[in-house]
Amino acid sequence: MRHIISVLLENEPGALSRVVGLFSQRNYNIETLTVAPTEDPTLSRLTLTTVGHDEVIEQITKNLNKLIEVVKLVNLSEGAHIERELMLVKIKATGAQRAEVKRTTDIFRGQIVDVTSSVYTVQLAGTSDKLDSFIEAVGPAAVIEVVRTGVSGIARGEKVLSI
Amino acid sequence: MELLSGAEMVVRSLRDEGVKYIYGYPGGALLHIYDAIFRQDDVVHILVRHEQAAAHMADGYARASGKAGVVLVTSGPGATNTITGIATAYMDSIPMVVISGQVASDMVGTDAFQETDMMGVSRPIVKHSFMIKDPREIPEVIKKAFYIAQSGRPGPVVVDIPKDMTNPAEKFEYSYPKKVKLRSYNPAVRGHSGQIRKALDMLAEAKRPIIYSGGGVILGGASAQLTELARELNVPVTNTLMGLGAYPGSDRQFLGMLGMHGSYVANVAMHHADVVLCVGARFDDRVINGAAKFCPNAKIIHVDIDPASISKTIHADIPIVGPVDGVLNEMLATTREFNLRPTKEVMASWWKQVDEWRGGGGLFPYDKGDGSIIKPQSVIETLWEVTEGDAYVSSDVGQHQMFAAQYYPFNKPNRWINSGGLGTMGFGLPAAMGVQLHYPDAQVACVTGEGSIQMNIQELSTCLQYDLPVKIITLNNRALGMVRQWQDMQYDSRYSHSYMESLPDFIKLAESYGHVGMRVDKPEELKPAMEEAFANRKRLVFMDIRVDDSEHVYPMHIKDGSMRDMWLSKTERT
Repeated sequence: MRHIISVLLENEPGALSRVVGLFSQRNYNIETLTVAPTEDPTLSRLTLTTVGHDEVIEQITKNLNKLIEVVKLVNLSEGAHIERELMLVKIKATGAQRAEVKRTTDIFRGQIVDVTSSVYTVQLAGTSDKLDSFIEAVGPAAVIEVVRTGVSGIARGEKVLSI
Repeated sequence: MELLSGAEMVVRSLRDEGVKYIYGYPGGALLHIYDAIFRQDDVVHILVRHEQAAAHMADGYARASGKAGVVLVTSGPGATNTITGIATAYMDSIPMVVISGQVASDMVGTDAFQETDMMGVSRPIVKHSFMIKDPREIPEVIKKAFYIAQSGRPGPVVVDIPKDMTNPAEKFEYSYPKKVKLRSYNPAVRGHSGQIRKALDMLAEAKRPIIYSGGGVILGGASAQLTELARELNVPVTNTLMGLGAYPGSDRQFLGMLGMHGSYVANVAMHHADVVLCVGARFDDRVINGAAKFCPNAKIIHVDIDPASISKTIHADIPIVGPVDGVLNEMLATTREFNLRPTKEVMASWWKQVDEWRGGGGLFPYDKGDGSIIKPQSVIETLWEVTEGDAYVSSDVGQHQMFAAQYYPFNKPNRWINSGGLGTMGFGLPAAMGVQLHYPDAQVACVTGEGSIQMNIQELSTCLQYDLPVKIITLNNRALGMVRQWQDMQYDSRYSHSYMESLPDFIKLAESYGHVGMRVDKPEELKPAMEEAFANRKRLVFMDIRVDDSEHVYPMHIKDGSMRDMWLSKTERT
């Protein structure tokens, strides 16, 4: 099963390499990884998605917690949560296709953020599944370049991850 | 407040941490620190001949004393030479602080002379690491390094110091912190009382309980508590290779080591147990044999300071995360308060069965031969007699290590110094040196083979410089015995590179380093020679003992089988 693990990390040089190193060292996989400082400049928020059996996920969270620079973490998939990923995608937009891409972008509530005579650049946010569906809908043959940020997530309701 | 340079702060911080000896080797990036060492007498520096040995010396000291050993090495090759030593400590959870020099900050990343990314190279084998970015941080970082290395599940910590951080011309106010706190590091301070109660309820109901304890009991200083609890419950005890000495080796309740080369009774009793109380051990592959067939009828209670050790390879029915001494104390108190223990009748019948498995021939019976050739097992038995079972014994890795573990029953913790997790050949001699330095009056033996000893033999020179009268007990079978044993068993005795050609004359070699060398070939010479060696309190004695080259270590687990599936000799199996 896919899990979203969200980590508060000391914002120090080398901290990220310990997290990434742990995954390769212990043969865990990382599907997506996103990291940026928080409102508290001494902390970074790191979100990663991984796939594995419950036993593996348990070991992943335990081993992450063992890293000295990991302050706190939560497995967002264990509760109600919101997840978002941002995608920028360049799509061939010529002839009849031009109107079709525009229409599909509207249906997915994306925005065209750059335009040339032959290319639209579309910005789209949503769950990873939604981004996949968009690419499917416009047709992979029309897609020239895809940039995705990886998943960010936050728990629903009152629950917060903070120190 | 006193003004000190970065270099002086490093040395002063070590002094204020209570460090007496550090082990190292100078080099360009460290010269400011070495100059600061020269100008004081509190911290004594021991000059090794290879940086790997510095790490093993610190490690040996840590295993014997329970305190972090300290290593000081220069950038580049100095730092990388310690990697095997750091990995050895990491695998066995040994506290260690490694201070490595680094090229100056403005040179980092330029492929400068003797530059290595020590933070990156050591990352997978350290508990934590620091790079100094400002000389003012030095005291606090060193305090943190010791705190992290020695608390929770111990381990090695690297402190990488660029040369400009130690510039003698720049002075800063110095004070050594009494305490440090890290918001992101809070090792468990006590076990969960509810879990402890559940564990004792389970033990009280058990029909065939057993205690399987490991190195964590020694690291956690909980041997006394373990012994008391085991006696209170009258439960059989087996130790891992790392845990030997945590429970008295000559006690009736002790079944010997378990695992790949564990005793018949320990492995069979584990297999038939209905409740296993595992304390400070980690269900290592060299212990459990095939995970799917491990203890098929047992419920597992697992006590460990490290939550990641629990249910890693074997599912724990009752996990208890906490320091082993505290948990065992609470178990003991709860047992007594609520009279929770298996009944006398149940234990009498279990012990009857266990004693049947134990038999009368000792835990590790072997064929003593016709007396024409020295059996390696008999060397360890003789060592035990001559040292009255009270020596510090370090070992290298291979058959001699297993023989030492089997035939030298340790009655005290912190006496058995071996590389169990990483299995590092070349560990034994420098580790013994670290022990001898701190316990100058103790008997310290390094049990080794003619293969392993050559992996750090240059340290004979260090032994002369610092008068370290270690006794080197070399079981010389002219072969890499354990490799050859596997080749005998699995590769039709095709001895691919497992033999030693062109061995040096170890007697002359020892003598050329200024020590005493002794060769022993005949069984009747063994004991007198060893007595003579240990009577020589002042000097290092290198004993080159020619042993039977056809011996195998038994019992030996049959791969992927259960705990009770073992070869008992070259021809018999369970």
